[in-house]
Amino acid sequence: MVQFSSSHVGTSFAAISDATRRGVLERLAREDASITELADTFQMTLTGMKKHVSVLEHAGLVVTEKVGRVRTCRLGMSRLEQEAAWIERYRQLWAARFDELDKVVEEWKQKEKSNGRSQE
Amino acid sequence: MDAVRNEAVAANDTTTDRRSERELVVTRVFDAPARIVFEAWTKPELLMRWWAPKSFGITFLSCDLDVRPGGTYKFVFGHPESGQPMAFVGRYVEVKPHTRLAWTNEESGDGFVTTVSFEERDGKTQLVLQDLYPSKEALDEALASGTVSGYPEQFDELDAVLKTLN
Repeated sequence: MVQFSSSHVGTSFAAISDATRRGVLERLAREDASITELADTFQMTLTGMKKHVSVLEHAGLVVTEKVGRVRTCRLGMSRLEQEAAWIERYRQLWAARFDELDKVVEEWKQKEKSNGRSQE
Repeated sequence: MDAVRNEAVAANDTTTDRRSERELVVTRVFDAPARIVFEAWTKPELLMRWWAPKSFGITFLSCDLDVRPGGTYKFVFGHPESGQPMAFVGRYVEVKPHTRLAWTNEESGDGFVTTVSFEERDGKTQLVLQDLYPSKEALDEALASGTVSGYPEQFDELDAVLKTLN
Protein backbone atom coordinates (compact mmCIF):
# COMPACT_ATOMS: atom_id res chain seq x y z
CA MET A 1 0.00 0.00 0.00
CA VAL A 2 1.38 3.36 -0.96
CA GLN A 3 1.18 5.96 1.80
CA PHE A 4 -0.09 9.33 0.67
CA SER A 5 1.87 11.63 2.93
CA SER A 6 1.90 15.24 1.75
CA SER A 7 5.47 15.10 0.52
CA HIS A 8 4.72 11.87 -1.27
CA VAL A 9 1.79 13.36 -3.11
CA GLY A 10 3.96 16.35 -3.99
CA THR A 11 6.53 14.02 -5.49
CA SER A 12 3.85 12.17 -7.49
CA PHE A 13 2.67 15.53 -8.71
CA ALA A 14 6.13 16.29 -10.00
CA ALA A 15 6.61 12.85 -11.45
CA ILE A 16 3.58 13.04 -13.69
CA SER A 17 4.07 16.61 -14.84
CA ASP A 18 6.21 15.33 -17.72
CA ALA A 19 4.63 13.99 -20.91
CA THR A 20 7.17 11.18 -21.36
CA ARG A 21 6.66 9.95 -17.83
CA ARG A 22 2.88 9.96 -18.29
CA GLY A 23 3.46 7.94 -21.45
CA VAL A 24 5.64 5.48 -19.51
CA LEU A 25 2.85 5.02 -16.94
CA GLU A 26 0.32 4.40 -19.71
CA ARG A 27 2.68 1.92 -21.37
CA LEU A 28 3.24 0.07 -18.06
CA ALA A 29 -0.50 0.01 -17.41
CA ARG A 30 -0.72 -2.28 -20.46
CA GLU A 31 2.26 -4.49 -19.57
CA ASP A 32 5.57 -4.56 -17.71
CA ALA A 33 8.61 -3.47 -19.71
CA SER A 34 12.39 -3.26 -19.40
CA ILE A 35 14.17 0.09 -19.42
CA THR A 36 15.61 -0.78 -22.84
CA GLU A 37 12.12 -1.41 -24.24
CA LEU A 38 10.87 1.87 -22.76
CA ALA A 39 13.83 3.76 -24.21
CA ASP A 40 13.06 2.26 -27.64
CA THR A 41 9.35 3.06 -27.39
CA PHE A 42 10.01 6.70 -26.51
CA GLN A 43 13.04 7.00 -28.78
CA MET A 44 15.46 8.17 -26.15
CA THR A 45 18.80 7.14 -24.71
CA LEU A 46 19.03 4.53 -22.00
CA THR A 47 20.43 7.18 -19.64
CA GLY A 48 17.52 9.52 -20.36
CA MET A 49 14.96 6.79 -19.74
CA LYS A 50 16.74 5.68 -16.55
CA LYS A 51 16.33 9.22 -15.23
CA HIS A 52 12.59 9.27 -15.98
CA VAL A 53 12.12 5.85 -14.37
CA SER A 54 14.04 7.03 -11.27
CA VAL A 55 11.67 9.96 -10.87
CA LEU A 56 8.65 7.65 -11.18
CA GLU A 57 10.23 5.14 -8.79
CA HIS A 58 11.03 7.88 -6.27
CA ALA A 59 7.33 8.84 -6.35
CA GLY A 60 6.24 5.24 -5.80
CA LEU A 61 4.49 5.15 -9.16
CA VAL A 62 6.81 2.54 -10.63
CA VAL A 63 8.63 -0.42 -9.10
CA THR A 64 11.74 -1.86 -10.76
CA GLU A 65 13.45 -5.19 -10.35
CA LYS A 66 16.77 -6.27 -11.78
CA VAL A 67 17.00 -9.84 -12.97
CA GLY A 68 20.34 -10.67 -14.53
CA ARG A 69 21.18 -7.73 -16.79
CA VAL A 70 17.59 -6.65 -17.35
CA ARG A 71 15.77 -4.13 -15.17
CA THR A 72 12.02 -4.67 -15.44
CA CYS A 73 9.56 -1.87 -14.60
CA ARG A 74 5.96 -2.26 -13.49
CA LEU A 75 3.32 0.06 -12.05
CA GLY A 76 3.72 0.67 -8.35
CA MET A 77 0.09 1.48 -7.71
CA SER A 78 -3.18 -0.24 -8.33
CA ARG A 79 -5.81 1.56 -10.37
CA LEU A 80 -7.74 2.42 -7.22
CA GLU A 81 -4.66 3.84 -5.53
CA GLN A 82 -3.90 5.82 -8.67
CA GLU A 83 -7.40 7.23 -8.65
CA ALA A 84 -7.16 8.14 -4.96
CA ALA A 85 -3.82 9.85 -5.57
CA TRP A 86 -5.23 11.73 -8.57
CA ILE A 87 -8.22 12.98 -6.60
CA GLU A 88 -5.92 14.09 -3.80
CA ARG A 89 -3.79 16.06 -6.30
CA TYR A 90 -6.97 17.55 -7.70
CA ARG A 91 -7.98 18.60 -4.18
CA GLN A 92 -4.57 20.15 -3.60
CA LEU A 93 -4.85 22.07 -6.87
CA TRP A 94 -8.16 23.62 -5.86
CA ALA A 95 -7.19 24.08 -2.20
CA ALA A 96 -4.10 26.04 -3.28
CA ARG A 97 -6.21 28.21 -5.58
CA PHE A 98 -8.92 28.78 -3.01
CA ASP A 99 -6.42 29.84 -0.34
CA GLU A 100 -5.32 32.58 -2.74
CA LEU A 101 -8.95 33.36 -3.63
CA ASP A 102 -9.64 33.88 0.09
CA LYS A 103 -7.09 36.70 0.08
CA VAL A 104 -8.62 38.30 -3.02
CA VAL A 105 -12.19 38.30 -1.65
CA GLU A 106 -11.04 39.47 1.78
CA GLU A 107 -9.24 42.44 0.21
CA TRP A 108 -12.31 43.25 -1.92
CA LYS A 109 -14.54 43.07 1.17
CA GLN A 110 -12.30 45.51 3.05
CA LYS A 111 -12.25 47.84 0.07
CA GLU A 112 -16.05 47.87 -0.09
CA LYS A 113 -16.25 48.51 3.62
CA SER A 114 -13.96 51.52 3.47
CA ASN A 115 -15.60 52.90 0.31
CA GLY A 116 -19.09 52.39 1.62
CA ARG A 117 -21.72 50.47 -0.35
CA SER A 118 -22.15 53.27 -2.90
CA GLN A 119 -19.42 51.65 -5.00
CA GLU A 120 -21.56 48.65 -5.83
CA MET B 1 -3.80 8.05 4.22
CA ASP B 2 -4.06 9.44 7.74
CA ALA B 3 -1.97 12.50 7.00
CA VAL B 4 -4.36 13.53 4.27
CA ARG B 5 -7.46 12.90 6.40
CA ASN B 6 -6.11 14.95 9.27
CA GLU B 7 -5.47 17.90 7.02
CA ALA B 8 -8.94 17.52 5.58
CA VAL B 9 -10.80 18.37 8.80
CA ALA B 10 -9.40 21.89 9.06
CA ALA B 11 -11.81 24.82 8.80
CA ASN B 12 -12.49 26.35 5.40
CA ASP B 13 -11.45 23.10 3.88
CA THR B 14 -11.62 22.17 0.25
CA THR B 15 -13.28 18.79 -0.29
CA THR B 16 -13.20 16.74 -3.46
CA ASP B 17 -15.20 13.71 -4.41
CA ARG B 18 -15.86 11.52 -7.41
CA ARG B 19 -19.58 11.88 -7.02
CA SER B 20 -20.60 9.68 -9.91
CA GLU B 21 -19.06 7.74 -12.77
CA ARG B 22 -18.46 10.88 -14.80
CA GLU B 23 -18.45 13.68 -12.25
CA LEU B 24 -15.96 15.27 -9.85
CA VAL B 25 -17.16 17.74 -7.23
CA VAL B 26 -15.16 20.29 -5.23
CA THR B 27 -16.65 22.30 -2.35
CA ARG B 28 -15.39 25.25 -0.33
CA VAL B 29 -16.88 27.98 1.88
CA PHE B 30 -15.77 31.61 1.52
CA ASP B 31 -16.28 34.25 4.16
CA ALA B 32 -17.74 36.81 1.75
CA PRO B 33 -21.02 37.50 -0.07
CA ALA B 34 -21.63 35.60 -3.31
CA ARG B 35 -21.37 38.72 -5.47
CA ILE B 36 -17.76 39.29 -4.32
CA VAL B 37 -16.73 35.66 -4.83
CA PHE B 38 -18.41 35.69 -8.25
CA GLU B 39 -16.50 38.84 -9.24
CA ALA B 40 -13.24 37.06 -8.50
CA TRP B 41 -14.15 34.40 -11.09
CA THR B 42 -15.23 36.80 -13.81
CA LYS B 43 -12.82 39.78 -13.68
CA PRO B 44 -9.49 38.87 -15.34
CA GLU B 45 -7.43 41.11 -13.03
CA LEU B 46 -8.87 39.30 -9.99
CA LEU B 47 -8.85 35.78 -11.47
CA MET B 48 -5.18 36.13 -12.41
CA ARG B 49 -4.30 36.67 -8.77
CA TRP B 50 -5.49 33.27 -7.57
CA TRP B 51 -5.88 30.80 -10.47
CA ALA B 52 -2.15 30.00 -10.67
CA PRO B 53 -0.74 30.13 -7.11
CA LYS B 54 3.02 30.64 -6.75
CA SER B 55 3.54 27.02 -5.69
CA PHE B 56 2.55 25.91 -9.20
CA GLY B 57 5.66 27.62 -10.56
CA ILE B 58 3.77 28.89 -13.60
CA THR B 59 2.91 32.47 -14.45
CA PHE B 60 -0.04 33.96 -16.27
CA LEU B 61 0.98 35.45 -19.60
CA SER B 62 -2.54 36.49 -20.50
CA CYS B 63 -6.13 36.00 -19.39
CA ASP B 64 -8.97 36.92 -21.73
CA LEU B 65 -12.54 36.43 -20.57
CA ASP B 66 -15.75 37.19 -22.42
CA VAL B 67 -18.13 36.25 -19.62
CA ARG B 68 -21.49 35.77 -21.30
CA PRO B 69 -23.23 32.67 -22.70
CA GLY B 70 -21.32 31.65 -25.83
CA GLY B 71 -18.39 33.95 -24.96
CA THR B 72 -14.90 32.47 -25.04
CA TYR B 73 -11.99 32.49 -22.61
CA LYS B 74 -8.29 31.91 -23.07
CA PHE B 75 -5.67 31.49 -20.34
CA VAL B 76 -2.03 31.38 -21.36
CA PHE B 77 0.70 30.32 -18.92
CA GLY B 78 4.44 30.27 -19.07
CA HIS B 79 7.10 28.46 -17.09
CA PRO B 80 10.76 29.54 -16.83
CA GLU B 81 12.00 26.02 -17.66
CA SER B 82 9.76 25.51 -20.65
CA GLY B 83 9.87 27.45 -23.91
CA GLN B 84 6.32 26.59 -24.94
CA PRO B 85 3.48 28.54 -23.34
CA MET B 86 0.40 26.51 -22.37
CA ALA B 87 -3.04 27.68 -23.40
CA PHE B 88 -6.39 26.73 -21.88
CA VAL B 89 -9.47 27.59 -23.90
CA GLY B 90 -13.22 27.12 -23.94
CA ARG B 91 -16.47 29.01 -23.90
CA TYR B 92 -19.02 29.97 -21.31
CA VAL B 93 -22.28 28.05 -21.56
CA GLU B 94 -24.09 29.53 -18.56
CA VAL B 95 -23.67 32.87 -16.82
CA LYS B 96 -26.03 33.82 -13.99
CA PRO B 97 -24.55 36.74 -12.06
CA HIS B 98 -23.62 35.88 -8.44
CA THR B 99 -25.24 32.43 -8.76
CA ARG B 100 -23.89 30.16 -11.45
CA LEU B 101 -21.13 29.94 -14.04
CA ALA B 102 -20.44 27.11 -16.50
CA TRP B 103 -17.83 26.69 -19.22
CA THR B 104 -16.39 24.08 -21.54
CA ASN B 105 -12.75 22.95 -21.43
CA GLU B 106 -11.55 22.48 -24.96
CA GLU B 107 -7.74 22.26 -24.77
CA SER B 108 -7.77 18.47 -24.47
CA GLY B 109 -9.87 15.74 -26.00
CA ASP B 110 -11.98 14.74 -22.99
CA GLY B 111 -14.05 17.93 -23.17
CA PHE B 112 -15.42 18.15 -19.65
CA VAL B 113 -17.76 20.96 -18.60
CA THR B 114 -17.11 22.90 -15.39
CA THR B 115 -20.06 24.34 -13.47
CA VAL B 116 -19.58 26.55 -10.42
CA SER B 117 -22.48 27.49 -8.17
CA PHE B 118 -22.37 30.20 -5.51
CA GLU B 119 -24.87 29.96 -2.68
CA GLU B 120 -24.94 32.72 -0.09
CA ARG B 121 -25.93 32.04 3.51
CA ASP B 122 -25.41 34.46 6.41
CA GLY B 123 -22.91 36.49 4.45
CA LYS B 124 -20.82 33.42 3.55
CA THR B 125 -20.67 31.71 0.20
CA GLN B 126 -20.85 27.98 -0.30
CA LEU B 127 -19.08 27.24 -3.56
CA VAL B 128 -19.68 23.96 -5.39
CA LEU B 129 -17.61 23.19 -8.46
CA GLN B 130 -18.48 20.27 -10.70
CA ASP B 131 -16.38 18.83 -13.54
CA LEU B 132 -18.73 16.75 -15.68
CA TYR B 133 -17.12 14.40 -18.23
CA PRO B 134 -18.98 13.19 -21.33
CA SER B 135 -18.71 9.55 -20.23
CA LYS B 136 -17.36 7.26 -17.52
CA GLU B 137 -14.58 6.26 -19.95
CA ALA B 138 -13.54 9.89 -20.42
CA LEU B 139 -13.19 10.45 -16.67
CA ASP B 140 -11.43 7.10 -16.16
CA GLU B 141 -8.99 8.07 -18.87
CA ALA B 142 -8.36 11.47 -17.29
CA LEU B 143 -7.69 9.80 -13.94
CA ALA B 144 -5.32 7.29 -15.55
CA SER B 145 -3.41 9.95 -17.51
CA GLY B 146 -2.15 11.54 -14.31
CA THR B 147 -2.74 15.06 -15.61
CA VAL B 148 -4.90 16.98 -13.18
CA SER B 149 -7.28 19.23 -15.10
CA GLY B 150 -4.60 19.55 -17.75
CA TYR B 151 -2.17 21.33 -15.43
CA PRO B 152 1.40 20.19 -14.98
CA GLU B 153 1.31 21.21 -11.33
CA GLN B 154 4.26 21.62 -9.08
CA PHE B 155 6.90 22.29 -11.68
CA ASP B 156 9.01 23.62 -8.83
CA GLU B 157 8.98 20.28 -7.09
CA LEU B 158 9.80 18.54 -10.33
CA ASP B 159 12.85 20.73 -10.71
CA ALA B 160 13.88 19.86 -7.16
CA VAL B 161 13.49 16.13 -7.83
CA LEU B 162 15.48 16.38 -11.05
CA LYS B 163 18.25 18.26 -9.26
CA THR B 164 18.63 15.48 -6.70
CA LEU B 165 19.06 13.02 -9.56
CA ASN B 166 21.80 14.98 -11.31
